[in-house]
Amino acid sequence: MGKKLLIHNDKVPNIHTLQVYREHGGYASVEKALKSMTPNDVVEEVKKSGLRGRGGAGFPTGMKWSFLAKPEGVERYLVCNADESEPGTFKDRYLMEKIPHALIEGMITSSYALGAKTSYIYIRGEYFYVARILEKAIEEAYAAGLLGKNILGTDFSHDCYVQVGGGAYICGEETALLESLEGKRGNPRIKPPFPAIAGLYGCPTVVNNVETIAAVCPIVMMGGDEYAKIGVGRSTGTKLISASGHINKPGVYEIELGLPVEEFIYSDEYCGGIINGRKLKAVIAGGSSVPILPAELILKNDKGEPRLMTYESLSEGGFATGTMLGSGGFMVYDETTSIVKNLYTLARFYHHESCGQCSPCREGTGWMEKILHRIVEGHGKPSDIDLLWDIQRKIEGNTICPLGDAAAWPVASAIRHFRAEFEEYINNPSKIKDVKHYYSVNQLAGA
Amino acid sequence: MEIKFNEEALATVNKIIARYPQGKHKSALLPILHIAQAEFGGWLSPETMDYVASILNIKPIEVYEVASFYSMFNLKPVGKCLLEVCRTSSCWTRGAEDVVKHIEKRLNIKEGETTKDGMFTLKTVECLGSCGTAPMLQCGASYHENLTMEKVDALIEEYRAANKQRSYTDLDYKNTL
Amino acid sequence: MAKVTIDGHTIEVPDGTTILQAARMLVDKDKMVDAKVAPPTMCYYSKLKTSGGYCRTCIVKVTKGSEKDPRPMPKPVASCRTKVMDGMEGVNITSPEVIEARKGVVEFLLINHPLDCPICDQAGECHLQDLGYEHGLSKTRYDFPRRTFNQIDIGPYIKMHMTRCIMCFRCVKVADQITDYRVHGMLNRGDASEISTYIQKAIDNDFSGNIIDVCPVGALTDRTFRFKSRVWFTKPVDAHRNCTKCSGKVALWLKGNDILRVTGRKDQWGEVEEFICNECRFEKKDVKDWTIEGPRHIDRHSVISANHYESLASLKLDIGKQQKALSTKK
Repeated sequence: MGKKLLIHNDKVPNIHTLQVYREHGGYASVEKALKSMTPNDVVEEVKKSGLRGRGGAGFPTGMKWSFLAKPEGVERYLVCNADESEPGTFKDRYLMEKIPHALIEGMITSSYALGAKTSYIYIRGEYFYVARILEKAIEEAYAAGLLGKNILGTDFSHDCYVQVGGGAYICGEETALLESLEGKRGNPRIKPPFPAIAGLYGCPTVVNNVETIAAVCPIVMMGGDEYAKIGVGRSTGTKLISASGHINKPGVYEIELGLPVEEFIYSDEYCGGIINGRKLKAVIAGGSSVPILPAELILKNDKGEPRLMTYESLSEGGFATGTMLGSGGFMVYDETTSIVKNLYTLARFYHHESCGQCSPCREGTGWMEKILHRIVEGHGKPSDIDLLWDIQRKIEGNTICPLGDAAAWPVASAIRHFRAEFEEYINNPSKIKDVKHYYSVNQLAGA
Repeated sequence: MEIKFNEEALATVNKIIARYPQGKHKSALLPILHIAQAEFGGWLSPETMDYVASILNIKPIEVYEVASFYSMFNLKPVGKCLLEVCRTSSCWTRGAEDVVKHIEKRLNIKEGETTKDGMFTLKTVECLGSCGTAPMLQCGASYHENLTMEKVDALIEEYRAANKQRSYTDLDYKNTL
Repeated sequence: MAKVTIDGHTIEVPDGTTILQAARMLVDKDKMVDAKVAPPTMCYYSKLKTSGGYCRTCIVKVTKGSEKDPRPMPKPVASCRTKVMDGMEGVNITSPEVIEARKGVVEFLLINHPLDCPICDQAGECHLQDLGYEHGLSKTRYDFPRRTFNQIDIGPYIKMHMTRCIMCFRCVKVADQITDYRVHGMLNRGDASEISTYIQKAIDNDFSGNIIDVCPVGALTDRTFRFKSRVWFTKPVDAHRNCTKCSGKVALWLKGNDILRVTGRKDQWGEVEEFICNECRFEKKDVKDWTIEGPRHIDRHSVISANHYESLASLKLDIGKQQKALSTKK
């Protein structure tokens, strides 16, 4: 059994209350940081820990924190990115719903390190009920003197608020999130300047994912060096993985980075294998934006070595044969799945979520969806595959924010690894059309 | 319907505005639009949006721009219960299409339509972060997960019997995870 | 000051200058430099703050970040929003990669464009036409129905054709920055985005007509000029009048002695030199209202100049440029 640092107490009854949370050692990191460490000490521990952003990009958190500008007399902000909208990802929701205080504790400790007097948790609008849970937790924290003026009798004062979004995947991009938090359309900003220089209300701002902020608490408690011992190489610590799709035990799992992918899929401790004993066909390992890999490439890399759940191992081989750890949205597809139809649902998603600000993404995502729709409806043309390839290539890298890349990669990888399936659709539409490519609900209930 | 917040709603609105630094009250726009949508019939009419603009002292077009950007704001009237069925990858692999078809048949409407009695509107939406408990649908603040046809039927009956408007700001959410 | 090299030409520019501005300066300064070294723009407008970055036509490749950090930038950048660094080196027209990417952008801009140029008043001075001519494919690969919108009426002076819009945001920025109350904006999202007032109403204030001049395509056109003439059959002259609201410096577009249209004076980058008021633009259509200064120079490459004689000097310059291009190729 791997080490758990974030959700080890998730089954404790009433762990969402402050009392039970504190009985299990909660808020110790606030106590330790505020009373025995300088803000800089905390930043140093985070740097030493090797913690990397858990939202998807995997940027070293300590480095992000050290970029924060600190001009005299200007407010600094910490903003928590709880706009978890990447298909296949639901880990932050689980963490916030089960142990809301883990996030609040991280917010206080991190804000202390960054010198932020105010912080906001921007949560996606659909998670309204989770926002209520967080608000309740914040109320409890205020009542206990963990938020507000002179926290735990120290000089440090801090206010934390929850902000709900309005339903837009793009607000998971940090500058779009800041725009939305300012009450505007969620159009990503043109960078530079980066939020660390000019973020919320033009002030220096750090935007971190929920899991990243929660991970600061164990790092402060055990020390950065100790945290860095968990994991493999530059992938340190533990990671929450949201597992879904055709597996026996979908859910959120905390793993030590470095766990073999094969063990994660087949071990009863985690996904418990493929439903109905079917064969594995493909996996999207890090949320819908990362390249899909066929079974043989997700279990072993192109050199035949077992793939591990780390940032490096998953991306080994580049996009030709590799993928990314991303947000940890682990979607598993069995042998009955139609990759083309699945890709269509993803293309539809990106088309729906494109903000419309820059041309390649606004026009290209819709175009790709239309072509894929034509293919799955049995009207595809032989030239469509190359056309799709060309469109995605012209979107990738040419947009303001990474949504363009995120829309292009799934298309590129599906064509790269499953081209034959596309051809089958186009050449034999009548054969394909009547086959059901997904599980019916009743089939699942019976399984 | 008179477009004016009652005292309770107005108190919440003022509390929200106070969260932001002086002069940055536009930040309150999204949360207030949610409240307005819940208070004034489940959708945002031009009058409602103009009213929100007047509260925040911003131009009405700024409110239209924002409200039309986000998918949770309804710019057209919807039924009392807006059934939002997730259709993205993980839900699709576990039968979301069946759920949609089942509801369509049962309520005798197509996706995007409202029942004649104004009770239900069916909408398909993109990933709601419930992939591990797919298929799922959201109605108001509640997530309904691991759906089966029986569950969907029971839910529709329950909602029909309760006969009340559901909104995202409701407090009686179901804790399902 | 920062020294920057674009397509092999070097210029020293003040800190904070963007790559695009530097390229334009380069062309302005050295008449022997091909004007195409300055990337094309559809959304950037130097007179409008925070404009640019959206359309992606001005992308260039930065092959050397700066003297201090010579690493190339990993992705093509929007030259209109990227500031120069000392020692920066970039490629625009000499990079096949940039040309290819720009071709992609032009295709994206065109897939939903109605291509109704034959009935569009903007034809002849349309930036999308020029861009399509320079960088577009001769045939479309898009075989789906094109996007349409419900027409909305925005008042007696300005005609809006949303189908032609490329979402440059310029008209929104004009309304924000030079008029006192903005009533139109960007609604909806993704490819359903549209410029609209939401509830139908007129865009009506003293400077609203400028949204016509900044519009790079025929989405916003002058109703008082609607279907009167193709622009290349009209004769542009510089003229002025005493105006209490604006500078009164305009370009008149004449046919015989009739003023068919009044616009701001556009520079070689297609931007107006000064914004003008609605009175000058829409209500002074009698030559007696104006003091005419003389004919307006129109670039030789523009279709508008097709019916005008060009000076020998500019022809010579053009030949000089071609000779230089040939010699550098060797």
